Parts: sequence; C-alpha cells; structure tokens
Amino acid sequence: MPIKNEIARKEIGIRELIEQKQRSRNFKEMFERAIPIFLFLIASISILTTAGIIYTLLSETIEFFKRVPMAEFFTGTVLKPLSQTPQFGVLPLIVGTVTSSLIAMAVAAPIGLMSAIYLSEYASDKVRKTVKPLLEILAGIPTIVYGFFAFTFVTPLLREIIPGLAATNILSPGIVMGVMIIPMIASLSEDAMSSVPNSMRDGALALGSTKLEVTKKIVIPAALSGIIASFVLGISRAIGETMIVTIASGSTKNFTFDITQSMQTMTAYIVEVTGGDAPAGSTIYYSLYAVAMTLFAFTLLMNLLARSISRKYREEY
Amino acid sequence: MTLMSEHKEAIQLRLMDNANWRKPVYETNGLNLWYGATHALKNIDLSINEKEVTAIIGPSGCGKSTYLKTLNRMVEMVPDVSISGHVTFKGKNILGKAMPVEMLRSKVGMVFQKPNPFPKSIYENVAFGPKIHGIRTKAMIDNIVEDSLRKAALWDEVKDRLHKSAYGLSGGQQQRLCIARCLAIDPEVILMDEPTSALDPVSTHKVEELINTIKNDVTIAIVTHNMQQAARISDRTAFFLNGEIIECDQTSTIFNNPTDHLTNDYINGRFG
Repeated sequence: MPIKNEIARKEIGIRELIEQKQRSRNFKEMFERAIPIFLFLIASISILTTAGIIYTLLSETIEFFKRVPMAEFFTGTVLKPLSQTPQFGVLPLIVGTVTSSLIAMAVAAPIGLMSAIYLSEYASDKVRKTVKPLLEILAGIPTIVYGFFAFTFVTPLLREIIPGLAATNILSPGIVMGVMIIPMIASLSEDAMSSVPNSMRDGALALGSTKLEVTKKIVIPAALSGIIASFVLGISRAIGETMIVTIASGSTKNFTFDITQSMQTMTAYIVEVTGGDAPAGSTIYYSLYAVAMTLFAFTLLMNLLARSISRKYREEY
Repeated sequence: MTLMSEHKEAIQLRLMDNANWRKPVYETNGLNLWYGATHALKNIDLSINEKEVTAIIGPSGCGKSTYLKTLNRMVEMVPDVSISGHVTFKGKNILGKAMPVEMLRSKVGMVFQKPNPFPKSIYENVAFGPKIHGIRTKAMIDNIVEDSLRKAALWDEVKDRLHKSAYGLSGGQQQRLCIARCLAIDPEVILMDEPTSALDPVSTHKVEELINTIKNDVTIAIVTHNMQQAARISDRTAFFLNGEIIECDQTSTIFNNPTDHLTNDYINGRFG
C-alpha cells in the first residue's frame, strides 16, 4: 500500500523507488555480513558449555585418582565413602545403573515398539492424531512424579506379588523408568516407520504380503536405524535418570544382581553426596566427579554405539 | 442365478462378435467406484483376455489407474472408497469374501509408475515374493532369482552384483527389477500403471521389448499416457474418459478406425 500511495502521490516510477532503496544498501550489506557471525556465537554457547563441563569433570577426576588408585575405583566392589576407612569401589553403582536400565528397557523396548507399529501401520489417521500428542504429554510428566508413583504405588503392588521384595528395591523404579521411556521410544520409532515411503508398502502388498509381513520384512528393516536410535536414546535416558531411582531404590550400595534388593545408581549416589555436606576438597567430594565422569563415559559410549549400529543396518530408500 | 445366465450370455455375444476371441481372465460388469462423493468409475464393462496386452488410455483423472488398481484391490487402500458391481478373476468374484486379497495378489503382479524396489539387495528384491509365499530352499530361490532376472532382461547387467543394493541401479534397471520381482511369483496377470512414465526413451524401449517377450506367458494390462506406446505394444485398447469406457476394441481398430468421435479426437491429440 505505501508504495502504491507514493507512486500515486509523487508520481515516481517503481524503478526510481528501487534505486532509492538501494542507496541504503551499505548498512544492509553490513547487517547481512554480521548475521552469520552472530549466529555462530550463539551456536558456540552450547559447545563451549559442554567443553567447560568436560574440563571440570576431567580435572577434578584426575585429582580424585591422585588419592584413590584407578584400579581400586574401577574394580572395587565395596563403596563406603563415609566409613572410618573409606573405600571407593564404583562397581556397586555401575551394577545398579546397568540393572535398572536393563529392567527399564525390558519394559520399554517391546511395549514402545509395538505401540509404534500399531500407530504407524494399523491405526487410522484419526487415532494416530489423537494418540501421538497424548504420548508426548505423557513424556512431559516430571520424573519426580514417576518416582513418587514408583515408591507409593508400584512397590506396594509388587510386594503383594513378590514376597521377598524389599521396601526399597531396584525392580520397581526400573519398571517405572520403563513406563516413562515408552512414549519416547514409541514416538521416535513411529516417526522412523512413518517416514518409510508408502511405495515400499504398496510394492510388498501387491506381491500378496499380509500387513504383518509388510511390517516385519519391509517397514521395520527400513526403519531399523531410527528404531535403534530410539532404543539407545531410551537407554541413555534410563542411565541418566535420577529422581525415580533416588526415591524408590534407596541408598544401599549393594553389590548384587538381586533385583528385589535396594541398589544405588551412579546418579542417585551423586544426589546423596551433594545432598549431604561433602566438604570441598575432601576425597568424597572428588569422588562425585569420578562417578560423574564414569556416567558421562557410559552415555557417550551408548551414543557412539548407536551410531555405528544404525550405520551398519542402514537400509536407504 | 440370473447373473450367471447374463454372464454366459455376455460371453457368447463376445464369442460371436470377435473371431480372435481369447479366454477372458478378468471380467468386469457394471463396476462403479466412488472416492467419497466423487464418482470415479461409472458402469465399467470390460474384459481382459488371456495372454493379451490390454492398454488402457485416457486423459489424467479419467479413472484408468483406479480401474487397474481395482483389479488387485489396491484401490481399497484409499480411505473412503466404495465399490459396487462385479469383477471376476478366472470366474471368481474378487470383490467379495470368496477370494482373500493376498491370494489374488499372489496371482496378479503389479508394476508401479515410479520404480519402487525395496531397500534391500537386488537378490532379496526378487526373492521377496517367493519367500513370503513359503519357498524356503535356497537352491530353489537361487533358480527363481536367476530365471526372473533373465526374463526381465536384467541378468547380464546385474549378475555380478546381486548382493548389492537395488538403489545402485539406474531408474530403468530398477523398473525392470520391479518387473522381475513380479515375475518371481509366476503371476498370471501383470498390471502396469504407467510403467515407463518416469523413464528415459532408451529404458522405455527396453521395458517395451520386455513386455513383448513376457506376453507369451502372462496377461498384461497396462495403463499409459503414451498413445504411441499403446499402439506399439498392445493387442486391445480401452479408452477411458471421465470414469466411463468410451470404446474398447482391437488396438488397430482404435487407432485407425475408431467408432466414437471422442476416441478419434483423443488419439489425434485434440484434447487430453
């Protein structure tokens, strides 16, 4: 409108108008050139933060290993940080973390994958459009709520079925973590499966395949890299999950594989120690960093694993 | 019962009509199809004869692809589709519950407009059909794969890379692979939905040659936009317009001496 008015009023042509605008070009060019620099700086923030975190972790971990030999830390099965003669074996925490994550995945992987298959291959558009956002809401429930749910609902329920189950145990938070992860696996796997082109399904259906055969032999193999990525993200999430295990699994540093007993995970240990008052500079203070570093190494390893697996199984379309 | 006698009558009429009469594989009587409220096929009567190439031509949106997809019931994938009328495959009604759709499709292959090989190796693409229909012996599958690729005139080009991804092939090779994939379950009919519209002229020529060789063993129904192609490769041609069949006859008759002026206008490029 304004241009039209101007043309009407001053009776200048569009050409002159454009030339007029071009006179302010210097500033525009400078602005254009500054934009990528500005965006680069913004993008650097997260990278720099990560680098800072890794630096802190590393330097404090090195300090810890000056006091406690590395071999003792990684092979020790006893963790007694507060005892008169403290022992810093990380294995109980690793076993706790791995066990709870495995229980979580045993729940989340099959249920999540089957939900994804239903949503992507069988559900009508209407159902999918209702259920998917619902799943994503479920993924937004704060973990403290899940932890509370594990402690006050799931554990008592399980104790009815399993007589020897301790009041705090690794089984209940493991299951609840699994429930927490289901929406993520379902949603990401569903994305991977829906992005398989329909022409693949048509090709297989036209050869006389049943829907299940199409799903098993075409869709899942084609979406495998995405499905595996969703599993690994799920495991990462379980490994890093803190609140649920802290609340429902207690803080007994058991070195055991008995899932009916209390175990402590790496994350829960960090919560426990930071929650107490570990004086800065004490060995127990530095042990936090060593445990955090181990935790970080675990998730990093998972991510690298995911990459190599998904590359290996990739079926491109 | 009356339907049966009508049916017989129709066959006899055609017998008298046509000296070169061949056994019909597909018979369509009074087929109507709606996409929601859109009447896409109107009262279609058409038969597709054994070991002939039937070309289906017509402008975009005339219902020719819809008709083709009714023949293997792929059209039912479209939500909101409703069908009435009779379509029989070798005398059996395919629209009812008499024939499971998987059984029908194991006898009727389909080649699509865009080549759609599976994201698997060349070998696995061809072996897919036999495998899902229960053939497990490796030696047997090896044979089927080689045989089908030979029939599809692709063997010499791919024999050294059978276990490489099908996506390494050119578009034309991919389309011939898709034909080989169909041939691997030894179908009685192959439905082709504009199989060469995404291909270059050389690949198109190869696919047409291929159609010429396999038509001795299988019945082919081909939808095409390319009228020269229909003239070159088909025995019979059906002309569709706005969901109706305007004319169906020997290809030479349709192209040289059509009865309907609409057919004449269309094949001479006056519309469509």
